[in-house]
Amino acid sequence: MDASAAKFIGAGLAMLGMIGAGIGLGVMFGNYFQGALRNPTAAAQERPMLFLGMALTEALGIFALVVAILILNGK
Amino acid sequence: MADPMHQFQIQKIVELPTVTVFGMPIDLSITNSVAAMLLAATLLSVFYVFASAKRAVVPGRMQAVGELLYNLVDGLGDSIMGHAGKKFLPFVFTLFAFVLFMNLQGMFLIFTATSQLAVTLTLGMLVILTVVVVGFAKNGLKFFKLFAPSGVPWPLYFLLVPIEILSFLIRPVTLALRLFGNMLGGHVVLKIFAGFVIALGGMGLIGFPGALLAMGSVVALTALEFMVAFLQAFVFAVLTCVYLNDVLHLDSH
Repeated sequence: MDASAAKFIGAGLAMLGMIGAGIGLGVMFGNYFQGALRNPTAAAQERPMLFLGMALTEALGIFALVVAILILNGK
Repeated sequence: MADPMHQFQIQKIVELPTVTVFGMPIDLSITNSVAAMLLAATLLSVFYVFASAKRAVVPGRMQAVGELLYNLVDGLGDSIMGHAGKKFLPFVFTLFAFVLFMNLQGMFLIFTATSQLAVTLTLGMLVILTVVVVGFAKNGLKFFKLFAPSGVPWPLYFLLVPIEILSFLIRPVTLALRLFGNMLGGHVVLKIFAGFVIALGGMGLIGFPGALLAMGSVVALTALEFMVAFLQAFVFAVLTCVYLNDVLHLDSH
């Protein structure tokens, strides 16, 4: 196996970090809707916090993407 | 298959001379990234000049869209920063609108300026430097209280202060990487699925159902990308508000 093949495999493995971000987003939106459907009047004012949580969770997934790109383009 | 990363390549459109500032050479050439940003800024200015030209009580179509975006950010700033944040509304709104226009430009035209890490990191640094300057101007040296939250048993500070400092320093990086990663990822996926259509369609009758499926995915993904373009601009504005709120209301930290 030559080095470039290992590079592709490594980049692919690095993207496994996205699994955590996916689970986190699912848990977060699921809980938000649970809360929102129980008390719809309070849902609207919590929406900025929902997006904040989404952004912070997603950032960790994006780190995995950055690492994958670094591996892919590294010398 | 066509290279999906080709769309992010920087090309010089207008060659301009290199200027040396403090021994550092700075290339002033207008690249496609700079051109996209200039176009976004121009479109934004022109749009708001026309949207606010009439200033009718009952808004027309243009004014309604302009007011919609403005009210969105206004309500956002109010709900996160409260009254003290009113001063920063122009800053937050400008950032929001600029990022939104650059994102949407990537959907309509060929180049997305926000898919360049240099552009998003500049915006991220701009936000965090504003936060630091505002924090020092408003609180003086009490600014450092940001790193030591009150109501904690004192032995915990040895652990908490380094974590807080680290999480503050990583803010511009996450701010930049989130926007950059979302735009890059979305556009790469679009181009890869578009490549499937061509590759499978070229195979004749066997590949035709696959090509049709890929084509449907491209249409759905394009719709998703429009949502992401708006959402990421919104998230950028939300986080700017949250970071500003941290230094505006340091006492409640």
